[in-house]
Amino acid sequence: MKDTTVTERAVQMDDIKISARGVQVYYGDNHAIKDVNVDIADKTVTAFIGPSGCGKSTFLRCLNRMNDTIDVCRVEGDILLDGEDIYDRRVDPVQLRAKVGMVFQKPNPFPKSIYDNVAYGPRIHGLARNKADLDEIVEKALRRGAIWDEVKDRLHAPGTGLSGGQQQRLCIARAVATEPEVLLMDEPCSALDPIATAQVEELIDELRTRYSVVIVTHSMQQAARVSQRTAFFHLGNLVEYGDTDQIFTNPEDSRTEAYISGRIG
Amino acid sequence: MTDTDANTPRRKSSLLELDARTRKRNAAETRFKVYGLIAVGIGLAFLLALMVAIISNGTRAFTQTFITVEMTLTAEEIEAAEASVLKTGKYKEMVGTAIETALGRAGIDTDMDQKTLLLMLSSSAGADLRDYVLANPEMLDQPLTFDFLASSRVDGYLKGRVTRESLSEDKNLDAAHLDLVDQMRDAGIVERRFNWRFITGADASESRPEAAGMGLSMIGSLFMMLVVLACALPIGVAASIYLEEFAPKNRFTDLIEVNISNLAAVPSIVFGILGLAVFIQVAHLPQSAPLVGGLTLTLMTLPTIVISTRASLKAVPPSIRDAALGVGASKMQATFHHVLPLAMPGILTGTIIGLAQALGETAPLLLIGMVGFIATNAPETLADGFLAPNSAMPAQIYEWAKRADPAYYERAWGGIIILLVFLLAMNFVAILLRRRFERRW
Repeated sequence: MKDTTVTERAVQMDDIKISARGVQVYYGDNHAIKDVNVDIADKTVTAFIGPSGCGKSTFLRCLNRMNDTIDVCRVEGDILLDGEDIYDRRVDPVQLRAKVGMVFQKPNPFPKSIYDNVAYGPRIHGLARNKADLDEIVEKALRRGAIWDEVKDRLHAPGTGLSGGQQQRLCIARAVATEPEVLLMDEPCSALDPIATAQVEELIDELRTRYSVVIVTHSMQQAARVSQRTAFFHLGNLVEYGDTDQIFTNPEDSRTEAYISGRIG
Repeated sequence: MTDTDANTPRRKSSLLELDARTRKRNAAETRFKVYGLIAVGIGLAFLLALMVAIISNGTRAFTQTFITVEMTLTAEEIEAAEASVLKTGKYKEMVGTAIETALGRAGIDTDMDQKTLLLMLSSSAGADLRDYVLANPEMLDQPLTFDFLASSRVDGYLKGRVTRESLSEDKNLDAAHLDLVDQMRDAGIVERRFNWRFITGADASESRPEAAGMGLSMIGSLFMMLVVLACALPIGVAASIYLEEFAPKNRFTDLIEVNISNLAAVPSIVFGILGLAVFIQVAHLPQSAPLVGGLTLTLMTLPTIVISTRASLKAVPPSIRDAALGVGASKMQATFHHVLPLAMPGILTGTIIGLAQALGETAPLLLIGMVGFIATNAPETLADGFLAPNSAMPAQIYEWAKRADPAYYERAWGGIIILLVFLLAMNFVAILLRRRFERRW
C-alpha cells in the first residue's frame, strides 16, 4: 500500500501525548462527534481519515480549542495534553495554542514579509530576547519547514508571493517557530499539486522526530504514506484506530474496509 | 433510457440558424442593455445639467467689480477722523473726495454730488479704508491705490444682472449712475476681477452682498470636522471592532445591529434636535459653537462609520484570523495585528465618506443656531475656534439663498461650488487612501 518509500525512522513512540476520553461535540443541535476515545502518541504521525463531514476536522480543532471561536460549538468529555485537561477552566486557549500549533487546509500566510510571518509567533510569545535571537529562531523554523534554501535571499519579500507549496511550508515553519509540542494539520495538501504535496509529506515525516503530528487527510494514500497510526471516522464516530499498516491491510471493521476499498465515502 | 427513445430520429437543426427561443432570449438581452443605457444616460444628463447650472450661476460669484482710485491720506486727516463721533462717516467723505478727483483726472464730467457718487460704492467702503489705514499706518502721507468694492447694483450691471429698466424702481441707483459706470469702465477706474474676499471673507449684512465671503464659515466647518473626526472615528471603529470580533451573537447584539442600521436612515434634523436637547439644554454648551455642531454631526456620522467599518472587517478572510489564533495570538492580538490593518482602507474610506456627508449637512445646524449672520471675525484662539459662535459652509449657503437680494442668490451658487470642491477633494483623498493601502502586496 505504500506508494513512495519514506525513510523509516527509529523513533520511540510509546508516550501518550494527547488522550481523549468520551469527547462529544455539538454544533447547536447537531451532534458532530459522538463519544470519541483516542490516545495520540508522541513523536508519531497520526492520520484522521474518513468521508467528508465525518467530524475528523472538527475533532482536530478540539485539540487546540480552535472551536472556541465558533459560538454554537459545544465540547464535552476530557481531552488531556500530557495529563492536563485542556478544557479546564483555568486553561487559557492562547497558551494552549502556543503548545499545539496548527496548519490549515488553505495556505494562509499573513500579508507580510516571509520573515515577519515566522517571527510573529515568537514575538508575541516573547521567545526572543533580541534581534539576533529572533533571526536565529526564524532561520531554524524555516529550515525545519524545509523552505530555508528557497527563501533565504528574500526574507523580506511578501509571503503571499510564494507558490502554493512554498506558502504551505512557510505556514508549517510559522507553526513550528513557537516551539509547539503537537502539530495539527488540517488537510495541509489538499490545495497543493503532487510535487508540492510530496515535499510537504517528506517534511511531515521529518517533523515526526520532534513533534507529535496529527494530520487530517482526504487522501488514503497520503495517510498510508506519512502516518504510523490511523483513525477512521464515520458519521461522527471513531470507527477504528490502530497502526496504519494494520488499518490498511487488515481492517477489523467492515465500514473501514468499505471506505478504504472505495465503496463508501 | 428506453430503446424507443434511443431510436426516435433526432430533429435536425443547424448551428448557423438561430431558433425562435434563442432569438427571443437575445432580444430580451438587447432590450435590457438598452434600458440600462437609458438609465445611465438619464443620470448623466441630470449630472450634466446640475454641473452646467452650478458653474454658469456660481462662477460669477468669484469675480467682483472694484473701483480703483488713487488717494493720499494725511496724518492730520486720519487723526481728525478718529476723533470724530462717526468715524467711518469721515472716511467715507475721504473716499468721496478721492473719487471726485479720480473722475476729474480721467476727464469725466458729472453733476452728481459726493453723496450720490458714493452710492456706486459698497457701503462698507469707509470701514474698509479705515481698517486698511489702521493696519498700515506707514502708508500715510504717500500716494496709495485703493480698490473699493462697487455696490452690488454696479456689480450686477457689469455682470448683466441689473439693467437700466430694472433700476427704474430702485431708490439707490438710477440710470445716470450706469452711464457714469460705463465711462469709468472705459477709463479703467471700474473693473471686474477675481475676488479673494469671497473665499476668505466673512459674511456681510443684508445690504452689502458685495462684501460677503465664505471664509469664516469654512473655518467653522473645519473645526466641526475636527470634532467629528476626533469623536466619530475612535468611537465608531472601537464599537465596530467590538461588535464584529468580540461581542457574542445573541438577541441583544442583534438588536444593536438593527438599530445601528436604522440610525443611518434617521433624518438628520432628528439628530439636530437631539443635539439641541442634549448638548445645549442639558450640557449647557454654548449655542452656535462648532463644538456643538461637531458633536451633533458625530451622532449622525457614527452609523455610517460603524457600518462601513464592520463591512470591511467582515471582508477580511477568516483564514487570517485562524492563522493568528493558530500560532497562539490572543483574539485582541489577532484583531489589532492582522485584521485591522487589512480592514484599514475600508475604514478610512468609510470615515471620509461619513465626514463628507457631515460637511454637507445643514438641517441639524439650523436647530443648534449655526445659521444666520453670526461671525464677523476669525477666531483668535484655538478654543475660540471650537467655542465661539460660527456658521458652516452649507448653513452659510442656505442663509444666502434665503436673503432677498439677487446678489446673494449668486453668492449661494458660488458657495456651492466651494462646497463641492471640498467634497470632491475628500472623495479623491478617499480613493487615494484606498489605492495606497489596498493589499500592500
